Amino acid sequence: MGETILSVDNLDVSFQTNSGLIKAVRGVSFDLKKGETLAIVGESGSGKSVTAKSIMQLLPKQSTRIDSGSIVYGGNDLLEYGNKEIEKIRGKEIAMVFQDPMTSLNPTMKIGKQVMEGLIKHNNIRKKEAKKRSIELLTEVGIPYAEERMNSFPHEFSGGMRQRVVIAMALACDPKVLIADEPTTALDVTIQAQILNLMKELQKKTGTSILIITHDLGVVVNMAQRIAVMYAGEIVETGTLREIFYKPKHPYTWGLLQSMPKMHQDQSVPLIPIAGSPPDVSLMHDGCPFAARCPYVMKVCHNHKPDQTQISVTHAAACWLEDDWAPEIKQPEKIGGVSNS
Amino acid sequence: MEVKNLKKYFNVGKKQLKAVDNVSFEIYEGETLGLVGESGCGKSTIGRTILNLYQATSGEVNYKGKNLQEKLSKKEKKFYQEEIQMIFQDPYSSLDPRMTVLEIIAEGIKIHQSNMIGKERLERVYELLELVGLDRKHAKRYPHEFSGGQRQRIGIARSLAVNPNLIIADEPIAALDVSIQAQIVNLLKELQKERGLTYLFIAHDLSMVKYISDRVGVMYLGSMVELASSEELYNNPLHPYTKALMSAVPIPDPDIEEKREQIILQGDMPSPLNPPSGCRFITRCPAAMDMCAKLSPEWTEVEKDHFVACHLF
Ligand SMILES: Nc1ncnc2c1ncn2[C@@H]1O[C@H](COP(=O)(O)OP(=O)(O)OP(=O)(O)O)[C@@H](O)[C@H]1O
Ligand SMILES: Nc1ncnc2c1ncn2[C@@H]1O[C@H](COP(=O)(O)OP(=O)(O)OP(=O)(O)O)[C@@H](O)[C@H]1O
Ligand code: SF4
Ligand SMILES: [Mg+2]
Ligand SMILES: [Mg+2]
Repeated sequence: MGETILSVDNLDVSFQTNSGLIKAVRGVSFDLKKGETLAIVGESGSGKSVTAKSIMQLLPKQSTRIDSGSIVYGGNDLLEYGNKEIEKIRGKEIAMVFQDPMTSLNPTMKIGKQVMEGLIKHNNIRKKEAKKRSIELLTEVGIPYAEERMNSFPHEFSGGMRQRVVIAMALACDPKVLIADEPTTALDVTIQAQILNLMKELQKKTGTSILIITHDLGVVVNMAQRIAVMYAGEIVETGTLREIFYKPKHPYTWGLLQSMPKMHQDQSVPLIPIAGSPPDVSLMHDGCPFAARCPYVMKVCHNHKPDQTQISVTHAAACWLEDDWAPEIKQPEKIGGVSNS
Repeated sequence: MEVKNLKKYFNVGKKQLKAVDNVSFEIYEGETLGLVGESGCGKSTIGRTILNLYQATSGEVNYKGKNLQEKLSKKEKKFYQEEIQMIFQDPYSSLDPRMTVLEIIAEGIKIHQSNMIGKERLERVYELLELVGLDRKHAKRYPHEFSGGQRQRIGIARSLAVNPNLIIADEPIAALDVSIQAQIVNLLKELQKERGLTYLFIAHDLSMVKYISDRVGVMYLGSMVELASSEELYNNPLHPYTKALMSAVPIPDPDIEEKREQIILQGDMPSPLNPPSGCRFITRCPAAMDMCAKLSPEWTEVEKDHFVACHLF
């Protein structure tokens, strides 16, 4: 296993809202290794974006409470950084790409100027050089006629092109870590393919570590070497790509994999959805977050949170079924991979 | 239903935007026809024109022997409005937040079955709620009290209230989580089996489309480029765009994904305000020939029930 570049440990994040306290992220831990791609998957509201944003202190200061945990990068805890210190890291050492490219772009500023700004700010170079480098970067991410397009405004670009620009900006300073939060969710599949390939190529060149957040299991397989599965604010299972897809241990992971149609799925065989709907995180109790929807739920699950059980060096799951005394259950047969119909 | 040479142009400033340009296809009774293609290719416009929400620029939409694009009497209009219903992508914005679930579902019954009142109407609402897997005690609640999947169920119950025959489902699962998508797709299939419904299923997700559809049509920049049974289309795609589209989808299975061969298309879909002449796909087509720039390819049945518009065939 490679060297760890970013380490999130036991992170708890909650929000103070009118309708009470929302414990959006609870006890989340993971390591990102040098040069690897780690995917965080999970349903809407499971806390993926909150986790990513807390790394870069991008959550609203007013309402956010980081109750505990640490995010260690380069030997320091980023959570203890002040505004000025985090500014130095943000964009330079750790860059972010969001689902909506307009979050990162200024609609009233020419594309070229926006790319140049980041370069000048972090690299201390002259305007002329920044311009040259910007054109190179835009060309590298596949913007045709980059020199002319420097003068375009974001609205003159398609969604895919805007996302390329954001990636160009993110890469401008050779970041050590790239956090990509649903970078292709808003794009068409043919454009998604271009962007994913672009990220992988750039990673090969620069050795950047990528933390990709997505709910699309296809994207996960395409990009990641390791996966963390999140449910209702907690990581319920972590493993290598193959461990998660072929030897999943957590009932939520089973459900997630089963609910997709298989490649040669017989049309007359119904899909296997997960019953119910994701829980309201403001009403979370002490037990397993998946207990209300879990087909294997036991008494203990409702009142006691299961610990992470280590299954292999790289594989862990937080489920009481992994406990020694737990009854043997028959795992559903058709999990893992789309091919076995 | 038979859609014949359908065109829908929008006037945008001084220009014409050909959102749907000469599209023809049939939807057979009781089948699910899937419609796929990239954003802006005209899928929703087709759905809306079929529903008469848009007046077609030209072409026919024939349903039960009547061209719905012609002038219809009030009575005919009402009949077709009941027969053809729509389910929308966004279960959040398509339900009026100030109405209870009961009011939302009863609205359709009120307009279309005005003789059904009081207790009978209430019973019908309960029946519909249960049909879509909700509970009768949900009737008094407001949309914001439900999850996305539940809201989509309410939308489905609303469209079923008038006993439709054809349902146009415009990305009905796109806004939902995977595990919830499976619930809704199962529900749509069950309803189809029980009630003999016909679906036009518009979607982005190719694996779901394959699973739910009998036949699938692929659109690009306002035109339909290929149409075949879903097995045939996925096993034997002919149009270079269909091939690229299929190969672009990453497969959620590590062993298969490793071997997937991708055809990466260059560039973006051109603006529909300024489409290329000849074949619409020419600017991105890896197999383009000289003639493709000159002539727009004909819609041809190359094998039985397999249609394609490409000069290669
Ligand atoms: N600023 C905020 N104030 C209050 N609650 C918030 C805030 N940001 C996020 N939340 C809540 O925290 C929970 C986790 O949200 P998060 O955005 O991390 O989900 P996600 O996993 O990224 O989902 P999606 O796939 O929809 O992007 C949700 O319940 C959300 O409503
Ligand atoms: N009312 C309108 N006025 C002008 N142009 C329109 C109108 N409705 C749609 N268009 C244009 O027609 C084209 C086709 O749009 P349509 O919504 O049918 O695409 P779509 O295939 O449904 O895309 P998506 O997958 O994003 O929903 C687009 O270029 C769109 O901008
Ligand atoms: S701990 Fe219990 S409820 Fe949670 S996933 Fe395991 S069996 Fe299901
Ligand atoms: Mg998110
Ligand atoms: Mg649409």
